[in-house]
Amino acid sequence: MTAVDERKIGGLGTSRKRVEDDRFIRGKGNYVDDIVLPGMLHMEILRSPVAHARIKSIDTSRAWEVPGVHLVLTGEMAATRNLAWMPTLSYDTQAVLATDKVRFQGQEVAVVVADDPYIAKDACELIDVEYEPLPALVTPEQAIAEGAPVIRDDKAGQDDNLIYTWEVGDKDGTDRAFEQADVISKLRLHYPRSHPSPIEPCGSVADFNRATGKLTVYMTTQAPHIVRAAVAMIAELPEHMIRIVAPDIGGGFGNKVPVYPGYVCSILCSILLERPVKWIEDKTGNLISTGFARDMYLDSEMALSKDGKILGVRIRADADHGAFYADAQPSKFKIGLLHSTFACYDIPNAHLMARGVYTNKAPGGVAYRCSFRVTEAMFFQERMMHAAANDLGMDQAEFRRRNLVRDDQFPYRTPFGFLLDSGQYHKCLEVGLKAIDYDNFREQQKQARARGRLLGLGISTMTEPLGAGNSREFDILGIKMFDSAELRVHPTGKALLRIGSKTQGQGHETTFAQIVSHELGIPADDIVVEHGDTDTAPFGMGTYASRSTPVAGAATAMVARKIRAKARAIAAHLLEASEEDVEWELGRFYLRSSPERGVTIQECAMAAYGNMPDGMEPGLEHHAYYDPPNMTWPFAVYIATVEVDPETGVWDVLKVVAVDDCGVRINPMIVEGQIMGGLTEAYAMSSMQFQTYDAEGNCIGSNYMDYLLPSAWETPGFELHSEVVTPSPHHPIGAKGIGECAAVGGPAAFVNAVMDAISHTGVRNIDMPLLPDRVWEALNQRRDVSGAPPVRAED
Amino acid sequence: MTVVHEEPTAGADVPTRRIRVTVNGVTKTVELEPRVLLVHLLRQALGLTGTHMGCDTTNCGACTVLVDGRPTKSCTMLAVQADGHEVRTVEGMSTPSELHPLQEGFKEEHGLQCGFCTPGMLMSAKALLENNPDPTEDEIRWALSGNLCRCTGYQNIVKAVQWAAHKMRGEQA
Repeated sequence: MTAVDERKIGGLGTSRKRVEDDRFIRGKGNYVDDIVLPGMLHMEILRSPVAHARIKSIDTSRAWEVPGVHLVLTGEMAATRNLAWMPTLSYDTQAVLATDKVRFQGQEVAVVVADDPYIAKDACELIDVEYEPLPALVTPEQAIAEGAPVIRDDKAGQDDNLIYTWEVGDKDGTDRAFEQADVISKLRLHYPRSHPSPIEPCGSVADFNRATGKLTVYMTTQAPHIVRAAVAMIAELPEHMIRIVAPDIGGGFGNKVPVYPGYVCSILCSILLERPVKWIEDKTGNLISTGFARDMYLDSEMALSKDGKILGVRIRADADHGAFYADAQPSKFKIGLLHSTFACYDIPNAHLMARGVYTNKAPGGVAYRCSFRVTEAMFFQERMMHAAANDLGMDQAEFRRRNLVRDDQFPYRTPFGFLLDSGQYHKCLEVGLKAIDYDNFREQQKQARARGRLLGLGISTMTEPLGAGNSREFDILGIKMFDSAELRVHPTGKALLRIGSKTQGQGHETTFAQIVSHELGIPADDIVVEHGDTDTAPFGMGTYASRSTPVAGAATAMVARKIRAKARAIAAHLLEASEEDVEWELGRFYLRSSPERGVTIQECAMAAYGNMPDGMEPGLEHHAYYDPPNMTWPFAVYIATVEVDPETGVWDVLKVVAVDDCGVRINPMIVEGQIMGGLTEAYAMSSMQFQTYDAEGNCIGSNYMDYLLPSAWETPGFELHSEVVTPSPHHPIGAKGIGECAAVGGPAAFVNAVMDAISHTGVRNIDMPLLPDRVWEALNQRRDVSGAPPVRAED
Repeated sequence: MTVVHEEPTAGADVPTRRIRVTVNGVTKTVELEPRVLLVHLLRQALGLTGTHMGCDTTNCGACTVLVDGRPTKSCTMLAVQADGHEVRTVEGMSTPSELHPLQEGFKEEHGLQCGFCTPGMLMSAKALLENNPDPTEDEIRWALSGNLCRCTGYQNIVKAVQWAAHKMRGEQA
């Protein structure tokens, strides 16, 4: 019995329609490019056409002569403000505007500010830059070869292209496991470079007001407070005079976490000109210069007993970071969370060695719907599982059954040191197998094969650590990875919630109100959610790594509980009872001795402003900062079936089943939207979407004609299952992250399915994307197909 | 109503053209450089920022508007080519009191997340339903294949169009 029915007030677990939609469906969103300020000018960037070259000279005189041009800024001029270089979030440095060399194609060389973007573009073309070409390095192998030119010759003491080496795990124990193995399975693959590529590119409107000394920047950022801290450090402006506003964002997927030179230049230009300066990146600029993901080489071995138990794994990883170590990676682990690989399997021994390398490619490395390299971790894990099962001659499902962590093993410590919080892995697997009709499919597959048709089934089972972080292991610029919420309940019982995270489409304005409804019984429609403005939102670390629900969502529950605690004291006062005699049901306090006597949360709100107990501070508002004790560990099973055309190598998806256990679902409709979006990106990466480079360092995949994204036509349908729910034991409402799971775990399901369809060839691996020509080559040449750069001449 | 495109030109001697274009039922006279793109006329001169610019290369479809009823990517059409033609944008879909069924459908079926591709999707879907009131799933997917979405995976967009088609045919949704 409750005062209100949670399902009717849009509380936890209801598929409440999104409040954001009302403006978006009318074309009334407010994205950065929609912002127009009085006197605003427009900035365009001149980018390097070459991947590696010494800059001999830059002549801007012709650009200055164009009518309507207000400023032509080069690195040399930025250097006078100490802004030619900036620190990265990975404690490296990155050029804002190139002075000595250009180090990747698309690097920022100069900017022009003009009355309109057309004029600024015209003037950019009139800047004469003389380059002295240097050899371009496009793979880690080239970069660490003897005698390779040093890309980062700007850094004292850097005499090669190695950024770091890092290892984790028990080497000796793993060596012993391999000595005892009956079977050793090996796999080498390249996870191609991928770009998050939200449809909206990056941009900013910087507005420095000399009179007030205040800098306001409207920008496409997933993490406004981090940007404020970074700008305070980079531009040496006082933090209280900086306001970062992230308005509506047209998709982020990790691309809008780092601080890019374009943002910094628009700020510098606004300070120099004392006028608002807008910079809107074009698509090519976005694709060739901003945060990419993956581009990792993985090589490893698995030690197995003949009855299908995994005894140990040994992994080597080379990460291509591009020209600057500029990934937005806040963990204390150099290779991010790559060592979450194999976490869902009960494996006694594991060892991982990783290297990070500079190349003449765009900087970045972890962004894209991924908690800092868990995508590579889970893809490699599931490709290795697939290969190992085949090496053992064991059924794919059975091999996983024998190794998945059992329900009675939680909390489970992995050999790399993570602590899995909860899960029902075996149950999820069985739900998935039933949904795909596993045994029947195997029979159909056999019959089809006899007729020359190539059917395949791929399984991917995975968990991933979501919700960075905890303050022991995660920080950005020395600031720990907590998150925050601030709640004000107004006298009439309506409320304002402000959170430290920032939606880019995930629907925070809808779901975070639902958390408050669940805790206080205030209808979700009576709660407005604000975020993204550093002058009003509490300090937060932003939205990425599926951290909003695990961290800011937890803070929201906690702040609502603080409100409830104060309301309880008010209720006791109103009921003329002691607090111990007051009970709570959703939306109402009542007397334990006579439940018909009670007061609603709305009545408590009014009393907080007009009839509070003696000595109580008026008002009903609070804030909460939440430092999670652990990551949340959602689990998922993705199974795809495909048919490969043996004549062309083209493959079609027959069915996709997704079983996601992400704990308690705040809004099932939105959770399912996240899963379908992730599955689509998984399908994209496995089938068509990648960036590569030729031997000169030219980026292939610099526009949507080369960088293929699936449309509604290519994208398959998805069957989603939500019957398994294991609440996180340490999250206040039992929720786990979900935004990334399908993009992380999905690719291996598609690739394993194609590999299963062509298993008769003996081919162990085709690198993603599984383009028809690659599949055809595997079918006809019966050999593994590498997708690593440089791109081959015949491609 | 006369709108003068006020952005200064690349030189005083750059010629401008005067065009008449009907946008969402209102005829406007605009003077502009011949090189100005239709999307910039809509967004900057007319303040209709519901039409978004995504890729600059006619691929993503965020800038889709209807020109004489046909879905057209306004990032690769010059504004002067719209002279004497009728343009419809997302802002013209609803009245203050009533949404278009497609707009309702997108909300009901969770057919959008970040919202950036949504106006273009709506315009392509509108053109589809005006020509084909009862499309199959394949027909919907094909009609929207010039509009990219990175968030939703399209399944709910298809459902949203079906929801609207039902409603527009007067059937129970």
